[in-house]
Amino acid sequence: MERLRRYGFVAGFLAVPLVLYTVFVISPYVQAFQLALTSWNGYSSIVRYVGLDNFGRLFQDEVFWRALRNHGILLLVLPLVTILIALVFAFLLNLGGGTRGAGMKGVWGSNFYRTVFFFPQVLAVAVVGVLFQAVYRPDEDGVINGVLARFGVDPVGWLIEPDLALWSIIAVMVWQAVGFYVVLFSAGMAAIPKDYFEAAALDGANRLRLFFSITLPLLRDTVQVGWIYLGIAAFDGFALIQVLAGDKGEPDGATTILPITIYNTAFSYQKVGYASAMGVALFFLTVTFAVLTLRTTRRERVEL
Amino acid sequence: MAPREIERPRFGVLNGLSHVALAVWALLIVAPLLWTFLASFKSNAEIFGDPLQLPGALRLDAWGRAWDTAHIGRYMLNTVIVVLFGTAGTMVFGSMAAYVLARYRFPGSRLIYYYFVAGLAFPVFLALGPLFFVVKQVGLLNSHVGLVLVYVAYSLPFTVFFLAAFFRTLPEAVAEAAQIDGASHTRTFFQIMVPMARPGLISITIFNVLGQWNQYLLPLVLLAGDPDKWVLTQGIARISTLAGYEADWPGLFAALSITILPVMIVYIIFQRQIQSGLGSGALK
Repeated sequence: MERLRRYGFVAGFLAVPLVLYTVFVISPYVQAFQLALTSWNGYSSIVRYVGLDNFGRLFQDEVFWRALRNHGILLLVLPLVTILIALVFAFLLNLGGGTRGAGMKGVWGSNFYRTVFFFPQVLAVAVVGVLFQAVYRPDEDGVINGVLARFGVDPVGWLIEPDLALWSIIAVMVWQAVGFYVVLFSAGMAAIPKDYFEAAALDGANRLRLFFSITLPLLRDTVQVGWIYLGIAAFDGFALIQVLAGDKGEPDGATTILPITIYNTAFSYQKVGYASAMGVALFFLTVTFAVLTLRTTRRERVEL
Repeated sequence: MAPREIERPRFGVLNGLSHVALAVWALLIVAPLLWTFLASFKSNAEIFGDPLQLPGALRLDAWGRAWDTAHIGRYMLNTVIVVLFGTAGTMVFGSMAAYVLARYRFPGSRLIYYYFVAGLAFPVFLALGPLFFVVKQVGLLNSHVGLVLVYVAYSLPFTVFFLAAFFRTLPEAVAEAAQIDGASHTRTFFQIMVPMARPGLISITIFNVLGQWNQYLLPLVLLAGDPDKWVLTQGIARISTLAGYEADWPGLFAALSITILPVMIVYIIFQRQIQSGLGSGALK
């Protein structure tokens, strides 16, 4: 009887979550893999299987390659710049005050800085996008260009110049992300025993030395987690690019990334099968990225 | 008497540079927000004038227009409804599933756990096309109910993953004592385990509220056909497009300010919990 009640309880608690998850998450994913092998347009009742044709087409699709290239840049630059800035700030905020009294302190006002830095993280990406449209306006009314004009610099087409647009967008992503990683790395730094720093400081190590010889090696795992998170965030750049650069990744596809291309192919051009093939390609890219990151950054861990 | 500790503030070059760097970054974050807020009181001419200028008068009409004509109030209400039910559903079903998977051994329990966690590996984009047709088939396209169910479903993998780890750390003894006293499994869960798991539940609730509040992609696809049901993120994107045609820039910045202000207030009140809630998600 107790056994029966136990199983009844387990089944009762699992039923709804399992059904919701299977219907809305798993079934679309399974269908996506299936649709990737078809030329379905989203409304016709006939679904024609074309085998791997979609993937063959991907290799000749110029838009796909451009999206892939931009994605690669994003994947490399976004984590690198964000982690670099965040590491330096986290170090300054937690340990930058030097050895004063008992143990290490952050610089003056570190709580204020931490609070301000983190704030963009809670803003919706769509809101950030609209905000930076005003900041980046190409004429002298833009916030940046207006300030530049005061110094006699001609207005810069931040989002219009094909060579500049992607970088402007990456800058916004860094702007939004840094605070989160400052908090993440701060938590990691708090876990490092204070006597390590004190001992090193007594031996005459300066702050640069403390950073490179103690903080960085002991923070390896946290940095690795951060790198993977940012890599995934790069895949999520959709909202920002859609708001800032429009549906097509203006100017002329210079800022298009895979999610944008998938969205357009499925919902603007009604090529659901082809879009699914892109999605599958994106999935394997994500997995490859995660595995590669774990592989290349895995070395002997420094034991505390 | 020799001083035990010399409190010698360091005014080295490095110290100066650190403060400059920190202050510059803080300014980079505050300036665009402040500018937006000020621009909502400006006239069109002032917005297109010198960007460093303060508004000439305290005009509140743009805020009224953003609220009435641009329907920012409705978008906000929609968002609050969707996020309220979405997060509540996620927490109820997520904690139930996580609890059972963490504390009960039964055939297939590991399998079901990995089945949920596998959802973390897939990018939402892969599912986007088929998801649209699934929701359409069950007749929930362009409805808040459909969006809420989809939010719950997509929040489950991380919630189950996080909470299962949390429930495993809780001591056995209390739950066993309750069972000996004759409490049912359900009662043990709601009256003993949920209160004990409060810190974990709070972290993951904050995580889900923020994630669902900021969601843009799912509503864009699932609510496309009915602008009356749109959420804030969609609304802002639309107001931004319309502002270009109607040349109502103060209205746009007022709408932005109305969206940002409540988030800012909540953030200032709960910043510790928000930072640790989002951070613990990453560190688990």
